[in-house]
Amino acid sequence: MNTIILRTASNYLLPLLLLFSVFILLRGHYLPGGGFVGGLVAAIAFVLHAFANGLDNTRTLLRIHPGYFMPLGLALSFLSGLAPILRTGRPFMSGLWFDGPLPAIGLIGSPLFFDIGVYFVVIGASLTIIFTITENA
Amino acid sequence: MTTTGQFLFAPLLFQFFLAVLLLFLWRRTDLQRWASIFGNLTGLGLASVLFLRVWRGGALSVQAGGWEAPFGITLVADMFSATLVLLTSAIGLAVAIYSAASVQELRLRLGYFPILQFLLMGLAGAFLAGDIFNLYVWFEIIIISSFVLITIGGERLQLEGAVKYFTINILASVIFLTAIAILYGLTGTLNLADLAVKAKDIDNQALFSVSALMFFAGFGIKSAVFPLYFWLPASYHAPPAAVSAVFAGLLTKVGVYALIRIFSLVFTADPFIYEFMGWIAILTLFTGGVGALVQNNIRRVFSFFIVCHIGFMIAGLAIFSRPALAGAVFYMAHDIVVKANLFLLAGLIFKIRHTNSMKKLGGLYAEYPRLSLLLAVPLFSLVGIPPLSGFWPKVSLVLAGLEGRHFLLVGAMLLASFLTLIIIARLWAEVFWKNGQAPEIKPNAGYFPDMEPKRRALLVAPIAMLALASLYIGFAAEHLQLLSERIASELSDPASYIRAVLP
Amino acid sequence: MEILLAIMVGLLYAAGLFMILRRSLVKLIIGLVLLGNGANLLIFLLGRLVKGRPPIIPEGSKALAGAFADPVPQALILTAIVISFGLQSFAIILIKQAYKVVGTDDLDEINATDEDA
Repeated sequence: MNTIILRTASNYLLPLLLLFSVFILLRGHYLPGGGFVGGLVAAIAFVLHAFANGLDNTRTLLRIHPGYFMPLGLALSFLSGLAPILRTGRPFMSGLWFDGPLPAIGLIGSPLFFDIGVYFVVIGASLTIIFTITENA
Repeated sequence: MTTTGQFLFAPLLFQFFLAVLLLFLWRRTDLQRWASIFGNLTGLGLASVLFLRVWRGGALSVQAGGWEAPFGITLVADMFSATLVLLTSAIGLAVAIYSAASVQELRLRLGYFPILQFLLMGLAGAFLAGDIFNLYVWFEIIIISSFVLITIGGERLQLEGAVKYFTINILASVIFLTAIAILYGLTGTLNLADLAVKAKDIDNQALFSVSALMFFAGFGIKSAVFPLYFWLPASYHAPPAAVSAVFAGLLTKVGVYALIRIFSLVFTADPFIYEFMGWIAILTLFTGGVGALVQNNIRRVFSFFIVCHIGFMIAGLAIFSRPALAGAVFYMAHDIVVKANLFLLAGLIFKIRHTNSMKKLGGLYAEYPRLSLLLAVPLFSLVGIPPLSGFWPKVSLVLAGLEGRHFLLVGAMLLASFLTLIIIARLWAEVFWKNGQAPEIKPNAGYFPDMEPKRRALLVAPIAMLALASLYIGFAAEHLQLLSERIASELSDPASYIRAVLP
Repeated sequence: MEILLAIMVGLLYAAGLFMILRRSLVKLIIGLVLLGNGANLLIFLLGRLVKGRPPIIPEGSKALAGAFADPVPQALILTAIVISFGLQSFAIILIKQAYKVVGTDDLDEINATDEDA
């Protein structure tokens, strides 16, 4: 897929889609959205980039292998689930919230970090899968 | 919310932690070996603590995130679950040690240890899950990890085995999911304890029975009962021995666990199901035994034994009296230890002779007399020669069968025991006593005799450990009998389980 | 609407089973995908269909009023879809690898595991 329109557009779409994915990630706790969908949107941003510019260019853009996002995200989710046990002795994955919402982000608490972990796992997993299939094609 | 229930998370979260840690050590396979061994040792410690707490204080339950049952995600550990989590950790430790010495570097580089750990986590999760959809999710974690483990390395035999294993397991998952959908449509709940309460007032009993049969089909495929077992002997001999050992010890048992759990808790009303199960058990015992009779590859013989001996547990469930359930649970504990050990043993024999064919093997006793005596322990425990571990649960099962007037079932059990005896005797004669020839030497193939002593010790240690465990089960049978009778009384009276979840 | 969906579920199961019974590896995977989708749709259907009432509590109130869509089946389906996504991508790579190594798409020729050795 080597059209100039797609290639030019994808360069602008990549940051835009990533921003959108973060927006979806942050609005996720009380409204439709969340880490999973956000991660998929972010992964799609990179896939689109790979479509237009070739896999190698996307690889250099990412710098690290997407697989590394998975342990990172898993660790983050794990810690955010563990936090309530360590802090207050409540069950695994209880919500732990800071007081007072921040502007543009909203309430910050352990579910948000859990979602961010999911976000990274989804990016890592889907990009690894898609890159592997593309490579072998 | 009590804090004692919190401890339930510990074995599960620790497995998860270990898996993530191993992922971070992706390229450091040398560190992975030690992290896996010591991690699983810690996991065994945690599981033992959980076991002791449940033994002293009765069933524990905890709600993830503090959402009350039946809305939240429930984890429950009654005696049955705690015992199986303990056994899982023990097998996990044995396999981690064995893998450190036997699995090739090529496979370790592809993430063997992290995936193995995810598999063990999935198993612990499935045993602790308190609602049926989470059970499904843990099953999926188990099968995804097992797919990777079965294909890792990518040899032809492995890939072909994987295609069969994969297809039938996904089919089982779809059937399981369909059954969950129907059950949810009927009751509006997924929590096992809540289902047990609501099952009595369902109007549409016909659909309820359909759902029960679908659960039986789904779990039946996973636990390899007749006529849904053919995938097992086609795939279990393909992956490395350490992987087969986990599969043999635990994967089919998790299906049996789910069957026992569901059919003692939710679907208890319909006598037809139990009669049906009885027939399935008879056919499983028969076909598995006869299948093992004609095999020449020892790993395939053991694969058919898995099928055959699942029949004993299903028989216990089919009779569905307290002694029968105790027998089934006892058999399960014995079977987990022995079957895992058998595949480790087959792997060791392969390391010594580089073949698994009974025709080519021979003379092991002359060459390694002490090792052969060690290997005799799991082999003859499997048969159930009186003081060894297989004997006691069979006695309970046969007595329970006679008491319930299930004569055909008792006959099938005796026939299967007899077939097992013949096959093991033949195997012993062919592999250990017959004159054998030394294998053709292939360079760099990793022979047992060429290994340095430390690696040899790592290979033999887990076999010795599991052999000791099965000797303990055999010679201290009263402990296990006490435990399995307690489990059986909990299973046949679901009120205690329900009380632990729904206060 | 429910009738239509029920027929759809039946069709998906039937088509899935039909495809599984073919001898080709690729068709096998397609069959499994269809079956999985059928199961997901069945869960959706059994959660009872409610039109235009998402289970989201409006701002300012504390609980849902009136009939609303059951959120549990939707959560289940989401989970099941994610799982089947993982499984299917694994399946695709597996059959590609199997095709490369074995050199055939015909399930009847995949029988090395039954040979005595």
